Parts: sequence; structure tokens; C-alpha cells
Amino acid sequence: MNTWMSALLGGVLIGMAATLLLWLTGRIAGISGMLGGVLLPKRGELAWRLAFLIGLVGAGAAWLWSVPGAYVPRQGFPPLLLVVAGVLVGIGTRMGNGCTSGHGVCGLGRLSLRSLAAVLTFMLTAVITTFIVRHVA
Amino acid sequence: MSTHARITLAALLSGTLFGLGLAVSGMTDPQRILGFLDVSGDFDPALLFVLGGAVLTTLVLFRFVLRRPAPVLAARFQIPALKQIDRPLLLGAALFGIGWGLAGYCPGPALVGLGVLSPEALWFVPAMLLGMYLHRWLSGR
Repeated sequence: MNTWMSALLGGVLIGMAATLLLWLTGRIAGISGMLGGVLLPKRGELAWRLAFLIGLVGAGAAWLWSVPGAYVPRQGFPPLLLVVAGVLVGIGTRMGNGCTSGHGVCGLGRLSLRSLAAVLTFMLTAVITTFIVRHVA
Repeated sequence: MSTHARITLAALLSGTLFGLGLAVSGMTDPQRILGFLDVSGDFDPALLFVLGGAVLTTLVLFRFVLRRPAPVLAARFQIPALKQIDRPLLLGAALFGIGWGLAGYCPGPALVGLGVLSPEALWFVPAMLLGMYLHRWLSGR
């Protein structure tokens, strides 16, 4: 399967996963929100979040382990950059109430203007940041 | 089976599909994410198909789901009530985008990376959790 086909197929799977969760449980498939909810559990809302995250990590990792060439580790990327990026992603997704899944896949799907504003904003700053890191710095 | 257990099972199923989707699509590879974000350099458009495929799917299917009075296993839909485009939303999204563009990881793929014991994820994920705690501390909640 070429990369475009697998990208499209993977995207449709992600959309179906989000639809399944909304249809059966009424919840939004937002990964940063689920992580936040696991760190700060509310009564009755912990188990489903943990279950989703376990399924996510288990299935994703199983695919990457078992399909040759699916997992290609990057070499020599500075750990300090990973830490700074991680802190920014952590603060930003909690402050903005969502990431690529909650605002992108789910928010756009339910025609939320708030999510559209968030997606345009993070796409813009991500493109600018990549440009600076790769072509200016 | 109790309703609570059914909801948990449904979430496990949905998370499983979601994780497969991330891995199959190539979203778990930060080098391809940065290739997609690098519009002026070696632009890799494949990830447009991931986001496009996912959003087109939810755009069509969410309409049918949200037409129901309630989800199958719960009394009501838990849709975010906030409508206002405010400062925390835009500032938070902007910071997230900077972090995403620096390393090429958003939360889902980073967690999957933890599952394959990627050394990068072992740096990134604890830092991300720290950032989430930091936000909670800064906002005084």
C-alpha cells in the first residue's frame, strides 16, 4: 500500500473511532483531555479514559512492532528540544482545551467554530515553528 | 454487564481503532509530521489525507449520531458547552502548535511512541505530563 492510501485509510479509521465513541458513550475522543482526566480523575470518568488510552497505546504499538518498516526511530534529535516541546504541548493543550484529536478530528466534525479557530491557530504556529527550526535557526 | 462496564469496553474498542489509525496513517512518525509542516521545504502532503480522511468521516457520521436524542449507552451527549473564542483557547492552541512544530509529536502519537519504548517518547511524554500539571498550577485549580 502506498503512503497516500495508508494515510487515507488511517484517517478514516481515526474518524470511525471518534464516531464510535460519540455514538456509544456520548464522549468526545480528545486525547489531551483524556490524559488530563487521568491525571486529575473525576468520579466515574476515570475507567473509560484509561480504557481508551490503553487501547490506543496497545493497538498502535502492536502495529508498529509487527509491521516491518512501520517504526523508524529518528536519530540524534536533541532531548532538550523534546522536553521543551513536551512541556509546551502539555500546557497548550490544557489551556486551549484540546489537541489534534479533540479540536481537529472531533471539533471540525461537529462544526465547532471554537475548534476551527484552535486548529487554524495551532497549524499556523506549527508551520512557522518548523520553518524557523529548519530554515532560519 | 453494568452500563459503566459497557462504556469502558466501548472506549477500549474506540481507543484500539484510534491507535491503529494513528499507526497505519504514519502520524506516529515525527519525521513525517515535520515533513508535512515544512511547507516551504520538503513538503510531504500525505498527512493531509490523514486529517482529511478523519474529518470527512466525522463530518458525515457525526450528523447521524448527533441526530439521536442520546448516545446508546449514556443518558446524554457530553459535548463541550464553551462557544466563545477567547484568549486561553488561542494562546493554548498557539503554544501547542509551537511544541508540535518543534518535535513533531502531538499527544496521541507520543503515547503510542511510549508503547514501542521510543527513547524520544520517554523524554517527551513525562515533559508533556509536567506541562499539564504546570497549567493546573498556573491556573490555580
